[in-house]
Amino acid sequence: MPTPQPTQRISTMANVQIKDLDIVLGGVSILKSMNLDIQDGEFLVLLGPSGCGKSTLLHSIAGFNDVTDGSILIGEKDVTWADPKDRDIGMVFQSYALYPTMNVERNMSFGLRVAGVPKAEIEKRVNRAADMLHLKELLNRRPSQLSGGQRQRVAIGRALVRDAKVFLFDEPLSNLDAKLRAELRRELKQLHKDIRTTMIYVTHDQVEAMTLASRIAVMLGGKIQQIDTPATIYSRPANMFVAGFLGSPSMNFVEGSLHSEGGSIRFQSVALNVDLSGYPFQQAPANGQRCVLGVRPESIKLCGASASTQGKATVSLIEPMGPSQIVWLDAQGTSLSVQLEAQATPALDSTVGLQIDPAELSLFDGTTQNRL
Amino acid sequence: MNATTQTSVPARRPKRTLLTPARIGIYAFLLSVSAFFLLPLYVMVVTSLKTAPEVRQAMLFAWPANPQFSNWAEAWSSACIALQCNGIQGGFWNSVRIVIPATALSVFLGALNGYALSFWRSKWGDILFGIMMLGAFVPFQVMIYPLVAWFRLGGFYNTYWSILIVHCIFGMPLMTLLFRNYYVAVPQELFKAARIDGGGFWRIFLQLMLPMATPMLIVATILQLTGIWNDYLFGLIFAGQDNYPMTVQLNNLVGSTFGERRYHIDMAATILTSIVPLAVYFFSGRWFVRGIAAGAVKG
Repeated sequence: MPTPQPTQRISTMANVQIKDLDIVLGGVSILKSMNLDIQDGEFLVLLGPSGCGKSTLLHSIAGFNDVTDGSILIGEKDVTWADPKDRDIGMVFQSYALYPTMNVERNMSFGLRVAGVPKAEIEKRVNRAADMLHLKELLNRRPSQLSGGQRQRVAIGRALVRDAKVFLFDEPLSNLDAKLRAELRRELKQLHKDIRTTMIYVTHDQVEAMTLASRIAVMLGGKIQQIDTPATIYSRPANMFVAGFLGSPSMNFVEGSLHSEGGSIRFQSVALNVDLSGYPFQQAPANGQRCVLGVRPESIKLCGASASTQGKATVSLIEPMGPSQIVWLDAQGTSLSVQLEAQATPALDSTVGLQIDPAELSLFDGTTQNRL
Repeated sequence: MNATTQTSVPARRPKRTLLTPARIGIYAFLLSVSAFFLLPLYVMVVTSLKTAPEVRQAMLFAWPANPQFSNWAEAWSSACIALQCNGIQGGFWNSVRIVIPATALSVFLGALNGYALSFWRSKWGDILFGIMMLGAFVPFQVMIYPLVAWFRLGGFYNTYWSILIVHCIFGMPLMTLLFRNYYVAVPQELFKAARIDGGGFWRIFLQLMLPMATPMLIVATILQLTGIWNDYLFGLIFAGQDNYPMTVQLNNLVGSTFGERRYHIDMAATILTSIVPLAVYFFSGRWFVRGIAAGAVKG
């Protein structure tokens, strides 16, 4: 067991490297040759639907799953076969996982007491964490006497006092109600801003991913579909799954084909006809190629029915959201959602014209579903 | 105030009728069942307080004219078992000496097994658990002879240690089952958090999981305490003459009298023997029922 050196470990950071990781659980392959590099001080969010392997990846980093192949490095140290306690990690669970028979102070100090840290040092660190998380008044309470939000703050505090190099979060806010979730989300962001420790955070909530992450890794079927900054993931999704998973209401998809016309390329379908000059193609598309056009609800503008060259639609439903509204359109059988400011409400059943900036849309290959 | 102040009479809570035919039926059933189980106890108590001539009148349910508590004292300290006339007090202390360590040890081992099986999932854990459960269903009489043979081979047959070990062995399946079922309901995340905090096998068990299982500890203790106290067969076979528990001494007392049968003394000794489990049932009925339910329903 390594002797704890509390004064040196404070604010040490570490990168995390996953190399060719294979995880097989109960005969089922969950992760297959996964590669992932997480930078010092980064807030990486693993985002995906349930069963995509994001929790398995996190628990493998923590050391709870046997690695079938590949390796895991934390701070350049190979920890593939290290015990969870020797990995310099702190972890926060969805169910809080507080020790029910111990009060808040003893919950937070359990790890330090196990490691034989001197009493004065334990007190100092617990008080520091309690200050950060506003837990000062609750130190003598039992977990059963705390609200959900307080419990999760204690769980975060328990990870904090360990002065870990990497913090792992397994859907920490999923058990909280909407208001507390938003509150604690902000506190987490503040915490990361203050301590700048590497954090890996698993969630299926796209809002948490967008607000917290320095980078998001969107996962599906044990594979990372795209890993990038939230802004890039949102505006330039790598495939149709990523495009559809982020954003609410989700991105509109219109099936059609591409046609070259005197140097410029046009997207043609029953509903839309868009000139794509200005769209950053990754490679030149073939003439007549089948494809899917994706456009976010806030990227569609409405105008007079006769003013649009791109397409027309009738207004079928309006959902007011307070500051904005979602207008549902029927464009020759294709349903489109448009996000507008609250003031400009079009009349129901009226015909409107559509305006889409080619720079703000995404095009996907009709068969591979990858970005063009 | 509202403009349309209609003085409406609030609906009355329906009057609760105390004696419906159904209720009378239920009480009649409960009373007859209680009588069925309590009458033997009543006969025991009144007989133990009678004088010898009163017993001979054979009026089973009659209240003694002059309750003789001295019968109890005689049974405790001066009734004769074979040639020794010290009553059954020696058996009482032997039982105490057996029950306390055997209960503590078997409950502790059961908790340890349950903890290990639920959290430290080893490859053969489920198979071992299955075998252990199988052991619970094999009639224990089958295993007595092999055990006697092994203990004799080991050189501690008919000693204090052999009776302790036997009680631990035969308590193991039920104790393990109880604690395993209790710990299976504890979220794995709790265990994982403790692993990250650096807890090892023993620390997580002693500092976290054992205190968490307090309700089950109480239930298991009650089950083992009464079970071991009431045991007769193992005590007779394994304990050896110096360590005969109270139940064995009671049987010897009842069986070894010459001449006239002293039923009043026998009954007094029986009451003294059963007072410990009776007290345990009486003061912990709630927990006891919970333990039975935990073992029967979940297992």
